[in-house]
Amino acid sequence: MKSIKKILGLIWIILGPAAMVFMSWQAWDKISKAEAGVAQTNTALQWGIILLIFIPIAIGLVIFGKYALAGEYEKLPGSSEEI
Amino acid sequence: MNHETKPNSIFKVIGASSLGTLIEWYDFYIFGSLATIIGAQLFPADAGASALINTLAIFAAGFIVRPFGALVFGRLGDLIGRKYTFLLTLVLMGGSTFLIGLIPSYSSIGYFAPILVLILRLVQGLALGGEYGGAATYVAEHAPKGKRGFFTSWIQTTATLGLFLSLGIIVLSKNIIGAEAFADWGWRIPFLLSILLVGVSIYIRLKMHESPMFTKLKTEGNISKNPLKESFSKKGNFKMVLLALFGATMGQGVIWYTGQFYAQSFIENTCKIDFNDSRYILLWGIAFATPFFVVFGAWSDKVGRKWIMLTGMLLGIIFYRPIYQMFLDKSDVSKTEVSAIASTAEPVITRVPLHDKGDSLITTSTKISLLSGASYSKVLVDTVYADASKTIGHSKEIYKDKILETSTFWIFVGLVFFQILLVTMVYGPIAAFLVELFPTKIRYTSMSLPYHVGNGVFGGLVPFVATLIASFAGSTPLSGLWYPIGIAALSFIIGAVYLSNKKDETIND
Repeated sequence: MKSIKKILGLIWIILGPAAMVFMSWQAWDKISKAEAGVAQTNTALQWGIILLIFIPIAIGLVIFGKYALAGEYEKLPGSSEEI
Repeated sequence: MNHETKPNSIFKVIGASSLGTLIEWYDFYIFGSLATIIGAQLFPADAGASALINTLAIFAAGFIVRPFGALVFGRLGDLIGRKYTFLLTLVLMGGSTFLIGLIPSYSSIGYFAPILVLILRLVQGLALGGEYGGAATYVAEHAPKGKRGFFTSWIQTTATLGLFLSLGIIVLSKNIIGAEAFADWGWRIPFLLSILLVGVSIYIRLKMHESPMFTKLKTEGNISKNPLKESFSKKGNFKMVLLALFGATMGQGVIWYTGQFYAQSFIENTCKIDFNDSRYILLWGIAFATPFFVVFGAWSDKVGRKWIMLTGMLLGIIFYRPIYQMFLDKSDVSKTEVSAIASTAEPVITRVPLHDKGDSLITTSTKISLLSGASYSKVLVDTVYADASKTIGHSKEIYKDKILETSTFWIFVGLVFFQILLVTMVYGPIAAFLVELFPTKIRYTSMSLPYHVGNGVFGGLVPFVATLIASFAGSTPLSGLWYPIGIAALSFIIGAVYLSNKKDETIND
């Protein structure tokens, strides 16, 4: 189980930036396809908000993967007292 | 030191906390349920400007302000106490909801109307972000050992009951005063009614005492000086915040939104079931499934939280596509045989001019009733050009306003019930699970953020991402489900591999 946790950690590290690239590409695609004017501003606003909140989450996934790779989750605290 | 609370007072604690949280969810949902009417009354007729304000109201309130509220009020709750913080969130939520009901129409005050809506909606999002963590922490810190899952599960029923209450009051108000009066002024009733509910809840909450664990911490001078810093910059705690988010709340959020919002939207907009019927299906599903929040919460005290939550996710991953395929199959009337038709009403024809060139859209709607008791409207839209040399443009036949036959109606209720049952599995034990992960002095802050990112962001994105996926080439009506299935699968793997099933029995650290 310990090695599975570590190997998966690598996947989470890769998944974070991959998700960021995918979302950014989708944002660019949808904004450029939207009709010029208010519709385009609206699409840009939607995607701007999504990227603003999603990028920190994707960074969080990378940090999670880094912790997993470093073996931080091999033994979880038995109670919140141990944190 | 014994922190266990007497049985009669624990029920007061649960009642006071749950009522307030239920009202907060009610307040948050009525805006969403009445968005179209609010748009017509308070927003400019210009579709573009209206869409911009709507985007800000929906996206910003749900995705940015809610997690921000979790941080602001979580910090406050760990600094000054749970009781006063979740009283404040209740006042903010109730006040802003009441004020939305008082905003004059766009025709009276112009752009002030949508700006006020936007500000009050953001306050709602902020308050919601602070409420849940406080209520869950407050109840958990009163709960006796071995019953934390059972007691906090009452808090978990409130989000679903808030949705139930909002749908119920809207349908009831509309039926009593009529659809026209409701669209004109009656939509304000659910908003104004909120002040009464909030008033009662504030009165009850004011009479409650502070959480015994927080009081002990305060007496001993052990309150955190900087809860945000301790929660997110201390590796030992931050790694648990990340684990809670990716291994539990992220999956819980998508299961929650799919079962209760995507299901209703799919039934109404994709299957084209009648407006009232689609709401009745959801109301029945909620009514039958809600007790299971408490069942699974209590069961998690015996067998642990992890596998109940993960089983809920796994069942969603396996059954979502067959369930939604069944929704489509059972509501498909395109192959109805002539022998099954009881009557066909006279077609209703409406003509709408397109622009000054003289072209027009002609809509022909025919109501068809079947021998089984079901009915639907067949709609044809033709474009007639002023230039006679152009041929008439025929649209594809659309079947809408479908009323299901009784047996199919109950099959739909059963399918929605099953989805909400999965919601009860993932959501029933999660408050106890989150509370047990973090120490008392930073519990409010630490549990609020992963909850609102998981529920508000990952869950709240279900309709947006489902629509995005549906825009890809080759997509089908079921393609949108890949988002909740994918996120639930990711969360299931992370939870199964990294989470522990062990319960923290004491939590009074």
